[in-house]
Amino acid sequence: MGMTLSQKILAKHAGLDEVKAGQLINAQLDLVLANDITGPVAIKEFKKAGIKKVADRQKIALVMDHFAPNKDIKSAQQCKICREFSNEHNLTNFFDVGKMGIEHALLPEQGLVGAGDLVIGADSHTCTYGALGAFSTGVGSTDMCAGMISGECWFKVPPAIKFILSGKPKKYIGGKDIILHIIGLIGVDGALYKSMEFFGEGIKYLSIDDRFTICNMAIEAGAKNGIFPADEVALDYMKGRFKRKPQIYMPDGDAEYERVIDIDLSQLKPTVAFPHLPENTKTPEQWGDIKIDQVVIGSCTNGHISDLRAAAEILKGRKTADGVRTIIIPATNEIYLQAVREGLVEIFIEAGAVVSTPTCGPCLGGYMGILAENERSVSTTNRNFVGRMGHATSEVYLASPYVAAASAVAGRLTNPEEL
Amino acid sequence: MQVKGKVFKYGNDVDTDVIIPARYLNTTSESELAAHCMEDLDGEFVKRVKAGDIIVAGDNFGCGSSREHAPIAIKASGISLVIANSFARIFYRNSINIGLPILECPQAVAAINNGDSISCELSDGIIVNLTTGEKFRAEPFPSFIREIISDGGLLAHIAKQVK
Repeated sequence: MGMTLSQKILAKHAGLDEVKAGQLINAQLDLVLANDITGPVAIKEFKKAGIKKVADRQKIALVMDHFAPNKDIKSAQQCKICREFSNEHNLTNFFDVGKMGIEHALLPEQGLVGAGDLVIGADSHTCTYGALGAFSTGVGSTDMCAGMISGECWFKVPPAIKFILSGKPKKYIGGKDIILHIIGLIGVDGALYKSMEFFGEGIKYLSIDDRFTICNMAIEAGAKNGIFPADEVALDYMKGRFKRKPQIYMPDGDAEYERVIDIDLSQLKPTVAFPHLPENTKTPEQWGDIKIDQVVIGSCTNGHISDLRAAAEILKGRKTADGVRTIIIPATNEIYLQAVREGLVEIFIEAGAVVSTPTCGPCLGGYMGILAENERSVSTTNRNFVGRMGHATSEVYLASPYVAAASAVAGRLTNPEEL
Repeated sequence: MQVKGKVFKYGNDVDTDVIIPARYLNTTSESELAAHCMEDLDGEFVKRVKAGDIIVAGDNFGCGSSREHAPIAIKASGISLVIANSFARIFYRNSINIGLPILECPQAVAAINNGDSISCELSDGIIVNLTTGEKFRAEPFPSFIREIISDGGLLAHIAKQVK
C-alpha cells in the first residue's frame, strides 16, 4: 500500500523507504519553534534536566508574540527568560519586538519553513505550514525541549483524510469559510490524530493565504497536520524567501486514505462558527440577529495581507457602527508595512478602527481587546471556547475578514453581500 | 501504582482554555497555575479538589491549545488521574511528558458519576468504583510510558537514565 503526502515526508525524515499508519518512528527535524508562553516552560525543563547545549542553534525559533509587546511584568519576565536563553545559546532565530510577528505568519515569511520540511512547534497552530507542503505539527513544551536537545522527535505515523476540493469559490468566500465548513462537517474531533490532506482542481483558486488559514485550523478538527501539495502558488510564495531548496512530495497513486470527502467550493456560503465550539457552524440564513460589541481582524489564522485587503475592501468609505470596537492586527511587521504602503491602514483608521502592532493578544484573551461580561465579538481568530477572549460569559463568533468587516459596519453579524 | 480519590465529572470537548485560561499563562509556576485550574468551567473545582482526586470526562478531553500548562495545572491541583472517552492529541502527549496519568475507558466514563469514590491500579488499568462496586478495565500504558510518568515526566526520566 502506498503512502500519503504526510507519510512520505515522515518517511524521508526518518530515513525509511516506507512508513505505515500507526508505526512509531524517530525523525530528524528541520525546525523547532516556541513562543513567549511555551518557551519558558521548555527552558525550565531544559535547565532542570541539566542540559548544556542545543543540537543546532540554527534550527530553533523563539518568537515573542503572545503577550508581546509585554502586557505586564510577568509577561516581560517570560520574554526575558527566552531572550537570555537565546543569547546564551547564540540562537539564530530569536524574534523580539520590532522583528517579531505572529509566529505562524512570520516563519514562512522569513523563509524558515518550506516545502518538504518536518517542523514541530510548541503551539497548536504550528500545523499552518502545511500550506507550503511541509509536515508541521503542534507539540507541548517538553517535546519542543527534547527537539532542541536532540534535533529529533518521535511520531506515531498518522492515517489521513483526503479532501478533494472542486469548483471556484464565489465572491467573499475564502479559506476561512472553507475550513469552518469542513470543521462543521466532521466536528472538533473529526480528524483526531489524523492528517488532513487537500487536493483537487479547486485548490488552484486558493491563494497561499487561503491555504495558510485552512491548514492553520486543521487542529480545530483535532488533526495532527493539514497539508496541501506544493504547487506553483506555493513555490511562488517561497521564491526569494525560503532559505533552502523546496522538496516537493506527492502521495502514491495507491495511498490509503481512511476517508475521502468531496467539497464543492462553488456551493459554499459565508460560514461562521457560533459559540462555543468551532464545529458549531452556521450560514447566513441561520444567523438571526446577533448584535455585537467588538470585531477583531488578525491572528495567525487571518492576519495576512490578503485578509487586510478583504477588510479594507469592505471598510473603504464606510464607518464602523457606534458601539463596535474594531481592532485590526496585521500578523507581522512586513504585512503591517505593506498595509501602510497600500493605504489600507488609512482606510481602517478613517473607518473608526484601530490598528495594532503584531501580537496574538486578544485571540487567546491575553490583552488588546478583552471582552467584558456578556459581550460579543465577531473575530477572524480560530477558537471560540468559553472564556477564550475574556469573561466566561462573553461570546466569540469565528468568521472571515469579509464577514468581520461587514459586521463592524452593521453592528451585528452580517453577510458582506447585504451591505 | 494505585491512585484513589473522589470524581469530578465533566462532559465532552473540555478545552485547554477552560482548564487554564490564557490570562494566567504569564507564569510557569505550578502552584499559581493550579490555583486557577478549571476556573471558567467549574469555579468550585479549586475549592473542593483534594490530593488524589480523579477527573472523569467524555470525548476529546484537552482539545485546543498546546499549552503544557493545562496538564501541569491539573497535576499540581492534586488530581492523580484523568479518565476520558478520548483525549486530544497534544494533551495526551503532554500529559505523559509531564507525568500526569491518563486512561481511556468509555465504559467507566459512562458508569461513573460525579462525586463517586474510585480507585485505579495504573499498571493493569483496573478501575474500581468504590461507591457502586463496579469494575472496569482500561488498556494500561506499556511499562516504558509508566516509567516516564512515575519518574515525573520525560526530561526527569531522561535525566535519571543519563545518571
